[in-house]
Amino acid sequence: MKPRTKRFALIAAGIVVLCAAAAFVLNAFQSNLVFFFTPTQVSNGEAPKGRVFRAGGMVKEGSLVREGQAVRFVITDTAHEMTASYVGLLPDLFKEGKGVVAQGKLGDDGVFVASEVLAKHDENYMPPEAQHAMDQAAAAKAAQSLKVKP
Amino acid sequence: MIPELGHFALILAAVVALMQGVLPIAGTLVRDAQTQVTLQSLARPTAALQFVLVAFAFGALAAAFLGNDFSVQYVAQHSNSLLPKPYQFAAVWGGHEGSLLLWVLLLSLWTVAVVVFSRSLPLDMVARVIGVLGLISVGFLLFILTTSNPFERLLPAALDGRDLNPLLQDPGLVIHPPMLYMGYVGMAVAFAFAVSALMSGRLDAAWARWSRPWTVVAWMFLTFGIGLGSWWAYYELGWGGWWFWDPVENASLMPWLVGTALIHSLMVTEKRGSFKAWTVLLAIAAFSLSLLGTFLVRSGVLTSVHAFASDPKRGVFILIFLAVVVGSSLTLFAWRAPRVALGGRMALVSRESFLLANSVLLVVATAAVLLGTIYPLIIDALNLGKLSVGPPYFNAVFAPLLVPTVFLIIPGSVARWRDANVREIAFKLRWAFASALGLALVLPFALGAWSIGAAFGLFLGLWVALGTAQQVLARVNKPGRIPASFWGQHLAHFGMAVLVIGITGVKSYEVERDVRMQIGDVVTIAPYTFRLNSLDEVRGPNYKAVRADVQVLRNDKIIEILQPEKRRYFSSAMPMTEAGIDSGFMRDLYVSLGEPLDDARTEWSMRVYYKPFVPWLWGGVVLMVLGGLLAALDRRYRK
Repeated sequence: MKPRTKRFALIAAGIVVLCAAAAFVLNAFQSNLVFFFTPTQVSNGEAPKGRVFRAGGMVKEGSLVREGQAVRFVITDTAHEMTASYVGLLPDLFKEGKGVVAQGKLGDDGVFVASEVLAKHDENYMPPEAQHAMDQAAAAKAAQSLKVKP
Repeated sequence: MIPELGHFALILAAVVALMQGVLPIAGTLVRDAQTQVTLQSLARPTAALQFVLVAFAFGALAAAFLGNDFSVQYVAQHSNSLLPKPYQFAAVWGGHEGSLLLWVLLLSLWTVAVVVFSRSLPLDMVARVIGVLGLISVGFLLFILTTSNPFERLLPAALDGRDLNPLLQDPGLVIHPPMLYMGYVGMAVAFAFAVSALMSGRLDAAWARWSRPWTVVAWMFLTFGIGLGSWWAYYELGWGGWWFWDPVENASLMPWLVGTALIHSLMVTEKRGSFKAWTVLLAIAAFSLSLLGTFLVRSGVLTSVHAFASDPKRGVFILIFLAVVVGSSLTLFAWRAPRVALGGRMALVSRESFLLANSVLLVVATAAVLLGTIYPLIIDALNLGKLSVGPPYFNAVFAPLLVPTVFLIIPGSVARWRDANVREIAFKLRWAFASALGLALVLPFALGAWSIGAAFGLFLGLWVALGTAQQVLARVNKPGRIPASFWGQHLAHFGMAVLVIGITGVKSYEVERDVRMQIGDVVTIAPYTFRLNSLDEVRGPNYKAVRADVQVLRNDKIIEILQPEKRRYFSSAMPMTEAGIDSGFMRDLYVSLGEPLDDARTEWSMRVYYKPFVPWLWGGVVLMVLGGLLAALDRRYRK
């Protein structure tokens, strides 16, 4: 091979490999995006069935029930509620009345089966996603009350 | 009074840093020879003075912490009179403001190191490097003074402090941030050398040689810092994971990946004069990613232990700073790069081409991590919804990109410069390859179960280990003094091998049991039996804890008593898990307390884990760090 053909082959091979890598990365990326839904969105049926997503809000006071290793609790954004179940050890800062974000799938019975309850590192810290859920619900309520008034 | 003096010193430091940043560089631009020397000679004294001033400010803040001066807001937020003294000192960098001060302190420390070890460099080069470092320092000092002043007073003073986040009250966390920052800031030195070379228009082998030891030392600290962070997460967070693809971890991994590419690319530039433009781009990228890491961690856009509730002004400031640094250095690059001469020719197969391939793979891996880390932030910032990218993405992407990188270590270090022969390389390495393959096929049986993943990971690790050993043996049998950098290179590669074997071992053979236990209950993970012996209330200096006594038995003999704790800190009522770990050469036994499951607190959920090869992870990191140290100490850099 002439040096020039060789160099051309090298560059072409490099581009092919890079494109393959990019395609592969983007494909993996696409299939691993996890979206966040508030309890309101979930109760409106906006959350996907059979796909992993995150949900968050507050753990409703008095809603935590233990059955062996499994726990059940209610996530609320003050407007709507959703029931979640989880098998395993809860993180240190999981508490009723505090913010929570969980990742999992919606079961056929409408119960959110969490595969992961995300740990937060500070007791006063509200997960931004959970805060977002509460804000959304508050805004929706405010809009509602405005509509009713006149 | 002392905090005010510290604040004042910081203002002076900013002024001095500005002089350090502007005057010496101006000295390289003026025509008059006398003025040139006068201005350029200012670089060293201003750098030293800036260090003294920043060190004074840092000392003033430390004094406020150790003296329990809760009239300083930052102290009141991050310390407590009950906090043990060493942690009071470490609390200086336990929050946003102080950690930035540490950043600047380390930057001025690196600058002084450049001053001390640059006697053989031409004066104009020293002036440029120290000038660039001064400008970076100006940026950070302004950041501290305008948005994050640690000396702000609290009136009226607090009676006692809010205490350091209990997660941070740990020896690992005392040294993790300084080490990581040494790495981040060290990349600033590599960056300064690259930018100075661009300014001077002399991108040559000399620049690469000056830059190499600094870059290797920065890489070494970064490696150590990341390793410490991982180790801490493993024993302190209490669920036995050691890497979570948390954005903050990614933020430190990205400069490491690019830094690794950079130290190898610098070698090619020094030895062969090639890849100059690529090397400069890597140096710019490594420092930019360090800044991005600081931005991600400190701006509060991320949810993690590192993100302190903070105001958006800070994020905007760092983002603008980042834009200025990246923008100006890339502009300089675009202006100067066309004039850079091409280096020596290389063949399709040569040591250069192997190193180039690895460089590109590392950069692609960095890009993949960057995408997964910042995409959710961008989507959120644009109000397009909230989403996250989970560990499955990173695992799926990272392994296929890093496997060839690790594999190529060996042929790359065996191949000749300029022109190598594939057959010759294959012939040389046939025994290393065959024995790695053979061992990898057999060893999984000895470890418990055969799986393709375990065999593949072991092969990769053994291949690098054996290939490295072969090269060392060949060299030792030849006459002549062996330079320290030779040992450094192979020690670091061997460390990588140990790390790969460690990761494979943990991933393939770990056993995790989440169980409920009462006193007297037993859990068995063959050949170990864990028995919960007792649960006691204990009191620490600033917390109360439940401590479990777990006997570990093997063949009915007690080999170890593990004492995991569940602590509750007085100041914050925040629960904390302290794992009980027994480390051996081949495995860790890991027990941590979950939560009480009944009102009498006699039944607890517990994690009982068997973690093989975990000590190898830390061993691999330590070997890489030592390798970096040896390489940086090589005699030829000490001239």
